[in-house]
Amino acid sequence: MKRFAVQDHELVPEHILLTPEEAQQVLEQYGVEARYLPKIHVTDPVAEEIGAKVGDIIKIKRKSPTAKESIFYRLVID
Amino acid sequence: MTVPKRIGKIRFGLISPQEFRKMSVVKVITADTYDDDGFPIEMGLMDPRLGVIDPGLRCRTCGGRPGECPGHFGHIDLVAPVIHVGFAKLIRKVLRAVCRECSKLMLSDLEKKEFLRQIRTLEELGQPTEDVVNKVFAEARKHKVCPYCGAPQGEIKFERPLSYIEDGHKLTPSDIRDRFERISDEDIMVMGMNPETARPEWTILTVLPVPPVTMRPSITLESGQRSEDDLTHKLVDIIRINQRFQENREAGAPQLIIEDLWELLQYHVTTFLDNTVSGVPPARHRSGRPLKTLSQRLKGKEGRFRGSLSGKRVNFSARTVISPDPNLSINEVGVPLEVAKELTVPIMVNPRNIEVVRKYVMRGPDNHPGVNYVTRSDGRRVKITERNCQEVAQQLEFGWKVDRQLADGDIVLFNRQPSLHRMSIMAHRVKVMPYKTFRLNPAVCPPYNADFDGDEMNLHVPQTEEARAEAEILMRVQENILSPRFGGPIIGGIHDYVTGSFLLTHKERRLDREKLMEVIKKLDITDIPEPAGYDENGDPYWTGKQIFSLILPKDLNLTFKADFCSNCPVCKGEDCENDAYVVIRDGVLLRGTIDAEAVGAFKGKVTDRIIKEYDPGVASQFLDRMTLLALRGIMLAGFSFGISDEDVPKEAAEQIHDVTRSAKESVQKLIEAYRAGELEPLPGRTLEETLEMRIMQTLGKARDSAGQIAGRYLGLDNSGVVMAVSGARGSMLNLTQMAACVGQQSVRGERIKRGYTDRTLPHFKRGDLGAEAHGFVESSYKKGLSPTEFFFHAIGGREGLVDTAIRTSQSGYLQRRLVNALQDLEVNYDGTVRETRGMIVQFKYGEDGVDPSRRDYASPDNVHRIIRKVLAGENA
Ligand SMILES: [Mg+2]
Ligand SMILES: [Zn+2]
Ligand SMILES: [Zn+2]
Ligand SMILES: [Zn+2]
Repeated sequence: MKRFAVQDHELVPEHILLTPEEAQQVLEQYGVEARYLPKIHVTDPVAEEIGAKVGDIIKIKRKSPTAKESIFYRLVID
Repeated sequence: MTVPKRIGKIRFGLISPQEFRKMSVVKVITADTYDDDGFPIEMGLMDPRLGVIDPGLRCRTCGGRPGECPGHFGHIDLVAPVIHVGFAKLIRKVLRAVCRECSKLMLSDLEKKEFLRQIRTLEELGQPTEDVVNKVFAEARKHKVCPYCGAPQGEIKFERPLSYIEDGHKLTPSDIRDRFERISDEDIMVMGMNPETARPEWTILTVLPVPPVTMRPSITLESGQRSEDDLTHKLVDIIRINQRFQENREAGAPQLIIEDLWELLQYHVTTFLDNTVSGVPPARHRSGRPLKTLSQRLKGKEGRFRGSLSGKRVNFSARTVISPDPNLSINEVGVPLEVAKELTVPIMVNPRNIEVVRKYVMRGPDNHPGVNYVTRSDGRRVKITERNCQEVAQQLEFGWKVDRQLADGDIVLFNRQPSLHRMSIMAHRVKVMPYKTFRLNPAVCPPYNADFDGDEMNLHVPQTEEARAEAEILMRVQENILSPRFGGPIIGGIHDYVTGSFLLTHKERRLDREKLMEVIKKLDITDIPEPAGYDENGDPYWTGKQIFSLILPKDLNLTFKADFCSNCPVCKGEDCENDAYVVIRDGVLLRGTIDAEAVGAFKGKVTDRIIKEYDPGVASQFLDRMTLLALRGIMLAGFSFGISDEDVPKEAAEQIHDVTRSAKESVQKLIEAYRAGELEPLPGRTLEETLEMRIMQTLGKARDSAGQIAGRYLGLDNSGVVMAVSGARGSMLNLTQMAACVGQQSVRGERIKRGYTDRTLPHFKRGDLGAEAHGFVESSYKKGLSPTEFFFHAIGGREGLVDTAIRTSQSGYLQRRLVNALQDLEVNYDGTVRETRGMIVQFKYGEDGVDPSRRDYASPDNVHRIIRKVLAGENA
């Protein structure tokens, strides 16, 4: 079976796995614990692709009609 | 103080008879309520242990006074089990799924295991298990022989309302209960129930809980007679039958009588739970009124959920018909004196205000603005009357609360349903007025979507300083001129305001000194500009544009095309000969006409610029003055519209007739070409579709040119044209239809042919494809429609009505769902959007963090303007 990267599809925005330091910074910026962030399953194809583990935070750069680019964070859960 | 608690989880299940008994504080055995002295009878339906409602008494269970004691449940031991109506369907499903002999769920062990696994997975995912469970019942039902004990299964017929018939025998509730009791826990789990919280036999009642008296209080009539609640009446019936049943059974009555009584007990318990079960005659009061029992209390619009919890009646509110008053500010609301005397604002008496408050109290309740009630420091409330007002005024102390009647300047919330957006409730300042309607400036009709054909509105009086401050800062009308929906002013001129502005400012309207005074006398303007010129007699005159400039801020600069602009191929800009290019420089209207594009609701470029460049206060003042000025403008010119305004000269009528006739002829030619097979189909269309499209096109063009002909003869001296062109009301199309030709009627975008074969009416030949036969209305409304035209017009008109009806109901439901999903979201100070638990929904509101009402149409033009302004400021 031919493997492909979901992120190569134009409708899948860029997903970036944050380092623990970066993740900490995000949480501090918003003054929240990780559980207050939106969630994403570890089994999500994109999460698998970038090798995310439960507890990681993923940064997503989305195209936005109002702001050109909008940043979103999601906590990896199982 | 009660500490707020967080609900961890809610679990739904059935209550077991044991639990009913456990929560019961008294076993009710007698149907009597009160004894001759009016005291509740022990072990009766009003047993003092069930809670208290009579003032002065204390609850025998918790010791609370009325209001403190929440009430406590009792119970009735039913002599024989009865079915709970709410579970009739579940009972039927379970009966058919389990063996009549061994009560095992009739599925193989393997199947059970697989279904259970599926149910568990769905539960873990938090998804509904309904589909799987239904499959379990459907599969189990297929077995005609029990796979475990081999017993043949009888067909179970269900007869409304509550009979289960197996092999011609009616199953008694006891039979059913016995079967259910023997079902194993494992089988119950496969049926999607939790055996710990919901065993199937608990759907058959053996114990009936007696609701606390607090939820079925008796009322004492003026005659001193007690009147019991409907629920109590029903409970009395149940207890009576229960007793008779027991007596008869103990006396060894014949089976037939026992069955009758059992049936009767079932009936009373059923109607106690739900009095609208189909097939069960509703239990009635002596007067013939059906009783309101448990499910009727909860269900429907007036029920507990929709009627008492989601929405309820409130104090300090008023409702009446609305009517217009252009002399009010947009920030004001006219309140009838009668309403103002009833509604009150609480004032806490303190050293600073005691003398003022005393004067109010001394006025009494009838002398507006007076005082209705005074509450002392100890909480005692005194009703102020003409007789005691002087006395109470003298006694007044710090810390007392005085309910002062609503007076001019108080802030109130004004609302019109359906409250679809936040501008449906705005804060106004009170202006107490005579007569019986709420009055508002017509400029605020658009946000409320109000008109004066009998609309009613609600008014609420905030009762705390915090509420008043919030209303004033966030909800004032002037703070809501800009709509967050499209970032423009939703408040502005409508109808005559637009017409008036147009008439005043179009071209050069000359006003002599007297007329000038007449126009501006209602305005707070004292400086009159230099006259624009002198007429042949040497008398000075002013122009309408000059007068309008008086209400513009002194340094306003703005240019735009008026609504009235005909979109010439090449815009001549400032030299526009139609006076449709508006130029405002340094607060002076130099050129152009003020119409809907300048001051109208939804458009209002001038309003928009003022509010964005200055502040809401300036904008509201502008709108107030504009409304006064525009009305003077229209009164000065005189304005009316009548049937004769739809007249066109004879030659125009002839031209229009020629146009429609030639159009009909070319339609005939098209049909002939089609019949002869000479018609070329358009790409991707059949021949028939092509013909239809060409015909529609031809007739559409005919209507347009008829309109153009009429338009040539209807100029700005026609008031209909003035209204259409200025954007005040109506369109040129409306005028065309009135004066020239109504045009093609359509259903679903097609000519009238849907639902007809061969012909639409017997007036036409079969197979006629011509213009008249399919809904082309050649006449104008003024001329009148022919009978066939009238018929087609009614068809087209009905589609419009149906569409609106469907659209409103659908969009209403969509709105409800959307609002229910989003209502608790909140934009935080850091720009994030979070819900009540603090979960982040958006990291930046709308992804860009911009308030749409301040976005200024997101036009780079506006950025340039700001830069220019800043630079100009630096140079100066
Ligand atoms: Mg209305
Ligand atoms: Zn109590
Ligand atoms: Zn069996
Ligand atoms: Zn122009």
